[in-house]
Amino acid sequence: MHEAAPVLQDFPLLFLVPLLPLIGAVWNGLAGSAIQRRFGRAAIHVPAVLLPAGSFAISLWAFLALAGQPHGTALYNHLWTWLPVGTLQADAAFLMDRLSGVMALTVAFVGTLIHVYSIGYMRDDPHYWRFFSYLNLFMFAMLTLVLGDNFLLMFVGWEGVGLCSYLLIAFWWRDREKAAAGMKAFVVNRIGDFGFILGVFLLFWGLMTTPASRPVAAAHGGKAAAAQHEEGGAGTCSATGGTSVTFRCVEQLLQDPVKRDRLVNHDIAGVGLITLVCLLLFVGATGKSAQIPLYVWLPDAMAGPTPVSALIHAATMVTAGVYMVARTHFLYTLSPVAMTVVATVGALTALFAATIGLFQYDIKKVLAYSTVSQLGFMFLAVGVGAYWVGIFHLMTHAFFKACLFLGSGSVILGCHHEQDMRKMGGLRKLMPITAVTYFLATAAIAGFPFFSGFFSKDEILWKAFDSGNILLPGGGMILWAIAAVAALGTSFYMFRSYYMTFSGEYRGAAGGAGGPALQAAGTDPAHGPHDAHGPHDAPGALDAPGALDAPGSNVGRGPLTPPPDAPGSLDAHGPHDAPGSLDALGSNVGRGPLTPPPDAPGGHGHAHVPHESPWSMTGVLAALGFLAVAGGYVGLPHLWHLPNAFEAWMEPVFAGTAERVTSAGFGHGVEWGLMGFSIVIAFGGFFAARWLYKDAANPVPARLLASGSRLVQGVHRVVFHKYYVDEAYDATFVKGSLGLSRALAFWDTRVVDGLVNLAGTIGCAFSFLQGAIDRVFVDGMVELVGRAVQDAGARIRRIQTGRIQAYVQGLALGALALVALAYLLAW
Amino acid sequence: MTIGLPQFLVVSGALLALGLYAIVTRKNAVAMLMGVELVLNAGLLNLVAFSRYGGGLDGQVFALFGIVLAAAEAVVALAIVLQVFRAQRSVDAAKASQLKE
Amino acid sequence: MDLTTQSTLLTWTVFTPALGLAAILALYCLRPILRLSQPAMDQAARGIGLLASIAAMGLSIALWADFDGGSSSLQFIHRFVWMKSWNIEYFVGVDGLSLSMVVLTAFVFLAGAIASLPWLGKLDDHHPHFTKKRVPGYWVLFLLLETGVLGTFAAEDFFLFYVFWEIMLLPMYFLIGIWGAPTRKDPDGRTRGGPYAAIKFFLYTLAGSVLMMLALIAIYYASGPATLADGTQAPHTFNLVHLTAQAHAGTFVGAKAILGIPFVHIVFVALFLGFAIKVPMFPFHTWLPDAHVDAPTPISVILAGILLKTGMYGMFRFNLQIFPTGLAWAAWAIGVIGVINIVYGAFVCMAQKDLKKLIAYSSVSHMGFCLLGLAAATPQAVTGSIFQMVGHGIVSPMLFLIAGVVYDRAHTREIEGFGGLAHKMPEYAAITGFAFMASLGLPGLAGFVGEILVFLGAFSAQGGIFRILVAIGALSTVITAGYYLWTMQRMFLGPFNHRWQHLWDMNWRERLALYPLAVATVVLGVWPTPVFDMVRETVNGLLAALPAGM
Repeated sequence: MHEAAPVLQDFPLLFLVPLLPLIGAVWNGLAGSAIQRRFGRAAIHVPAVLLPAGSFAISLWAFLALAGQPHGTALYNHLWTWLPVGTLQADAAFLMDRLSGVMALTVAFVGTLIHVYSIGYMRDDPHYWRFFSYLNLFMFAMLTLVLGDNFLLMFVGWEGVGLCSYLLIAFWWRDREKAAAGMKAFVVNRIGDFGFILGVFLLFWGLMTTPASRPVAAAHGGKAAAAQHEEGGAGTCSATGGTSVTFRCVEQLLQDPVKRDRLVNHDIAGVGLITLVCLLLFVGATGKSAQIPLYVWLPDAMAGPTPVSALIHAATMVTAGVYMVARTHFLYTLSPVAMTVVATVGALTALFAATIGLFQYDIKKVLAYSTVSQLGFMFLAVGVGAYWVGIFHLMTHAFFKACLFLGSGSVILGCHHEQDMRKMGGLRKLMPITAVTYFLATAAIAGFPFFSGFFSKDEILWKAFDSGNILLPGGGMILWAIAAVAALGTSFYMFRSYYMTFSGEYRGAAGGAGGPALQAAGTDPAHGPHDAHGPHDAPGALDAPGALDAPGSNVGRGPLTPPPDAPGSLDAHGPHDAPGSLDALGSNVGRGPLTPPPDAPGGHGHAHVPHESPWSMTGVLAALGFLAVAGGYVGLPHLWHLPNAFEAWMEPVFAGTAERVTSAGFGHGVEWGLMGFSIVIAFGGFFAARWLYKDAANPVPARLLASGSRLVQGVHRVVFHKYYVDEAYDATFVKGSLGLSRALAFWDTRVVDGLVNLAGTIGCAFSFLQGAIDRVFVDGMVELVGRAVQDAGARIRRIQTGRIQAYVQGLALGALALVALAYLLAW
Repeated sequence: MTIGLPQFLVVSGALLALGLYAIVTRKNAVAMLMGVELVLNAGLLNLVAFSRYGGGLDGQVFALFGIVLAAAEAVVALAIVLQVFRAQRSVDAAKASQLKE
Repeated sequence: MDLTTQSTLLTWTVFTPALGLAAILALYCLRPILRLSQPAMDQAARGIGLLASIAAMGLSIALWADFDGGSSSLQFIHRFVWMKSWNIEYFVGVDGLSLSMVVLTAFVFLAGAIASLPWLGKLDDHHPHFTKKRVPGYWVLFLLLETGVLGTFAAEDFFLFYVFWEIMLLPMYFLIGIWGAPTRKDPDGRTRGGPYAAIKFFLYTLAGSVLMMLALIAIYYASGPATLADGTQAPHTFNLVHLTAQAHAGTFVGAKAILGIPFVHIVFVALFLGFAIKVPMFPFHTWLPDAHVDAPTPISVILAGILLKTGMYGMFRFNLQIFPTGLAWAAWAIGVIGVINIVYGAFVCMAQKDLKKLIAYSSVSHMGFCLLGLAAATPQAVTGSIFQMVGHGIVSPMLFLIAGVVYDRAHTREIEGFGGLAHKMPEYAAITGFAFMASLGLPGLAGFVGEILVFLGAFSAQGGIFRILVAIGALSTVITAGYYLWTMQRMFLGPFNHRWQHLWDMNWRERLALYPLAVATVVLGVWPTPVFDMVRETVNGLLAALPAGM
């Protein structure tokens, strides 16, 4: 068996990779407000960009150092012991092996580029400092996740990226919707985290030497393990403990057949322990990587600034689940059930999200569903045991999806924060760099041959087809079929987004509808010369026909609320068939009738005129566009008999479990055939989208929806509303837990506290009764005597008037009476 | 008619009755005080009378003391009356009832 | 075990606040002679109170510095015979568990003292503020409370413990009743307010004390002979070390059953219920929201930060240390109730409208972790439980200080009534977000360490029920995130509610009280080793006595 535990090579600077961005985050977070006020934006973004760049440089250095080491070496950096309790030993330690090396490099590289891009994108935001602080914090969390040496440290990063995601989605918190989107992301992620952490608990428990050990023994064992830890030095796996939570130690422990049997053959409620562990971990992955059923937060997450969408919700954070599954491949390969689940969920998500993507109009929503779909592809790859392919696609996806998102950001900025593709169009002339890079990245994601996405996605499809690990009827082929349909959809909707955005005519001028602008341009010839000296009038001719149909296409694409006046305006433009006037018309729409030509690209403040973005953005786009094309050449297919550098690099990481990943044994002929089919799919989607959306002249989509059968409309409505999943979750889980909480609160105040108060009331009533008895019977006798005396006194005291005459009178009468008495007695 | 003990006693009894009458009927504190003087002097007259007809000199000595005492008592009583008058602009004994409970 | 007096440092720590108290009283009596005006008297009382709190903090740090974490035996013992006729001793000493609580107490009281000052920041003069009401009396009671709590944690004689326990109760009653919210009618027409809450708190806790006192008497008469501090022999003892030794030797197993229930069980239950009311454990928790809502801010801080811990501490010190067999017998029930606390508290939180009430219920939820950890009785779980006490002891004061900040300005805590406050009070919003994150158990902050250890430890505990309990309990992490973020959303995010245009951001008093706690939250989350080092051997010692199969 392959030696699983890597040889550790101390690399004391590794901690700087996550630490540098953290410094930036803390610095800008605490002092950024004052710095920005006093020294301007440059003082914010220079450290904020340089520090992640520094961490990229160090990861590159480490990566090169790693490359110089023999296979099975990993760079290690132990900082301190974080949670040393009993038998548990979790360190704050970072480990870079070949897998985490690729991840760290990708994250740091794309992250740095997006920092640069943000300089341009966020330049008008008053909370510039806060944005960069959060971005840096995210880099810290993500790199901790990637480089963390054990499950718990990974969980730190895992939750950390969730927090940053929350902070950044809700970055424009004044908008209630955006703040709510952030909250949703965090809470849904927490559901995933709940699964993840339970999986870790279960694993920890399952790996304990004797689960029925007494605490005493455990305590002493803990001491022994700690002692051993001291002796062996940081980073070694204790042979006796069996309770470590580091990845490599768990992998090493699983080499032990006794332990492995305990995990594999131990059933809990009919499910194998290992399967349960893997599935729970996968729940975490579905949360973080937006898979069914927890994908709902990702489309909403588009509320964040676009660089955030590119960095967090496309290139890095959402791939954490894929990374985690690859990282724990030694667990997943032990459980065919779990692998089948992973692959199936991945394939279904790919298809599901792709169908939703077909009908979205918000450019970022399209990209969001595309991301969900592509992540599904990655899970399909890791689910069939093709870990390196999953990571390969993760990397190429990071390049082309970041490029797409940043391109969309450039478009959005150019169109003044307009995200609806129905209000774009024709931007190729105005934003050429953005258009070209967007096209390249679209070609990559669609899987055009020789673009990066082709290599990775085709390999996924082939591996799925060829997998022997899938427990479904039909094996991997059924997953392949699902994924192939998803790939077709991907190609279609991505080119749809490209054509709606960049070709045809600009439809966003003069606020909302293209109609009035068209009318103004068409009926007022005075604008002709004005537009003639605009720099972009020549290409305008190409797209001129589209302008005429723009209102018409609005009818087609606005499925539920077609503008009623659109046919009228279409008629009004009927006469304008001359190329010259069309030309004028087209560019006029683009710029709006009264604004000067955009001779300063990147200049800001031209109302309604889309413009190309500043160099900090276009430069990043160009770099990513290049990688979107070229990034795939590190992983060429075997079929071509060319060296596959990526697989060779990754091979040692997964070698320990490679024997458990089986192939269905299809031959080269089948592989060639599938590759050809992939190309057909990619071009099929492309031509379909081009035919339907290139210049908005094609009435098919409109007609289909306008006149289509009830079935078509019904399907469209359901898909357009994302299958009503959000609504269903809202009605069940959200409303359910809110209702439960209200009920419990009512129960608490009325019943539990009610009982307490009732006890109080009963106590009071009882004491009142007791008091009454006391008053009536016991005190009665005493009071009777007292009251008698009192009454007598009250009566007698009336004699005591205080008037001397009365007394004297009494005295005299008394004396007289005595005298009379004396006489009477003497008588 | 010889003046003997009974005549003295009758005069003394009359004085006593007049004094008591004054005390009981008059509202004026000074008048009441005069009534008290009459009663006191009725007693003194009796002491002197009994001393002259049968007793030793004790009664007469006692009467002399009584006269001195009466003078002092009258001073004190009149001072009180004066104070009461000052306090309430009246010497009506029935009105001097602030100390009553 | 050597139980002779080692040092008087612990006694000094416990009674330093009492010295401050005496100083204030003396000054108050000499006031006519010194011709102190009332404002001068008030300032003097505040100064003395603050100084005494700082001194107690300093002494507790000195204790910590000299503490030997490698030993599970008592340290800083101070012992002499107090009441000879009843064999009662004055006996104080600390092990890791006590010391962690003593240091926490001093720290939280210091934060509370700072929050009790009207200095360093303006107060709304239109509304009477508790910091300006009967000031000397407030500080006298405050310091008496501190001595009571410190004594409770330090006492190693059952009778002494009981005395301190009751001392703790009394000042709290007045502090809530007099300086708390005035009496009012709630929307349902029921009478609420400081006096109501104080009476409820007092009677409820007193009911627990009665149970404890019965157990105390029963244990005393069931105990065997022991040697007193002056060397004489006594037929019975209150000395906890002797009681523990006797219990482990089986003295109480043979004791006469009460009402047909074994002695150990009935005494265990009586003690447990006595402490459970203080924790507070479901269903005895309803005094807590009332007391919290109507207590002045620093008193809420102390109540949540420290007083709840005395209940847990009692459970560790008596139920676990003296009656491990009883714990083994009741473990599953305690675990179940602990999880009910966790989940039930979290759900009830979500429905709260009053910020302070929400935080109060979150305490119910978080103290459930401690109960679960106690019940699981594995090294991780018990360490986690103690760490959770410390972590919650730092985070919940932050939360109550935060509730106080907004209440001092807006005179309401109605969550729905705010909105977009981050616009006007950015620093306050940031620190609130931080505290919420700490409380919902974000890794890297103190709340996480306790929770994860309790869960991890409970998961590997004996008995399958604990795994189910952990699975249910861990669900609270989602609910907790839900209610905190929702609160954040309703109070701070969204469009600014212009009704609050007059509010102002944090002042230095609030910063001084809050930021040390925030720093401690980060430090303990990232580097919890100091606490582990303090309690490791104590926990091992406690668990060593558990019966096999537990």
